[in-house]
Amino acid sequence: MDYFDPHIHMVSRTTDDYATLARMGCVGMSEPAFWAGFDRGSAASFRDYFRQLTEFERSRAASYGIAHYTWLCINAKEAENVELSREVIAMIPEFLDRPNVLGIGEIGLNKNTKNESIVFLEHLDLAAKYNELILIHTPHLHDKYLGTRMILDMLVSDARLERHRVLVDHVEEHTIGEVLDRGFWAGMTLYPVSKCTPARAADMVEQFGTERLCVNSAGDWGPSQPTAVPNFIFEMRRRGHSEATIRKVVYENPLAFFRQCHRFQFSPRQ
Amino acid sequence: MTPEKSVGSPMTAQQILDREFLEVRARIVKIAATLDRIDRSAAPTADAERMELIRQGLLLLLGNAPDRARQVQMLFSLPYQTDWPQRLGVPLENRG
Ligand SMILES: [Zn+2]
Repeated sequence: MDYFDPHIHMVSRTTDDYATLARMGCVGMSEPAFWAGFDRGSAASFRDYFRQLTEFERSRAASYGIAHYTWLCINAKEAENVELSREVIAMIPEFLDRPNVLGIGEIGLNKNTKNESIVFLEHLDLAAKYNELILIHTPHLHDKYLGTRMILDMLVSDARLERHRVLVDHVEEHTIGEVLDRGFWAGMTLYPVSKCTPARAADMVEQFGTERLCVNSAGDWGPSQPTAVPNFIFEMRRRGHSEATIRKVVYENPLAFFRQCHRFQFSPRQ
Repeated sequence: MTPEKSVGSPMTAQQILDREFLEVRARIVKIAATLDRIDRSAAPTADAERMELIRQGLLLLLGNAPDRARQVQMLFSLPYQTDWPQRLGVPLENRG
């Protein structure tokens, strides 16, 4: 089955991973800007990272027939440094006309601090000014519920933002309802060890339906499986769900969300 | 919850149980062995708070609520209060 992985950090993956994903049916992916595992030292370092996301990864993916899209921001872990964050936010517009940029992300909270909130709000302001889509990272483990509620409060406090143009990622059983009920898109991130599994993601589809819901692998430099979306497809099939239901979540939904970006172009396989 | 939009489970309860029984059994044994290991370790645990969370989590599993996964998630979550913008000093009024 052709599918999209709407949240995968390919800069930390090998070319072999691209080949594996292509063989498994991946036709497109979107890569949010993320933490490198260490704090970057300067805005210039982000400029190089944004070039990697908009130039190199795009061509690396293309050689395997995969369309690569990306999101730009300074992530929540580095947002504690407000001064650096403002320099990066001021630089982002230089890259906003690049063809594979979908919008601003993954912005959000990590430890739910004041500085993270301030930088999050400034990213929202940037997205509103440039009419960009938004991809949101919600914190993990015991910070997730509080952080998700804080993020939703900040989103609804800005009347310029249209909820159907915001995807809130890493939802789990205790946050998915609030996100969908308020009109946002939701993403379920599948991890091999802790956090959400393919089976629990399938449970949430069964309970909450397929509207505005996507699944992704996160596939980053930590323990993660870039093939998590095919694992989800397999789990749904084993349960007896229809191909149409599965396809809606792993293909049609990400396409519908991305198509709201005026730069987005994609040619489905014939 | 938006139950009117749910797609439901195509599997019967019996099919789910047949598929998951050994997995659940293994997980229960794993939790039991972990609790035993904590009990027989040399120094008794000082972390009563987390042990109590585990105990409460196990009790939630014994209930009949339809959303046990959500309840367990909430048990292990920091609380949310609507006045966080004031307490953190991040005003949300007059934005946008
Ligand atoms: Zn990510």
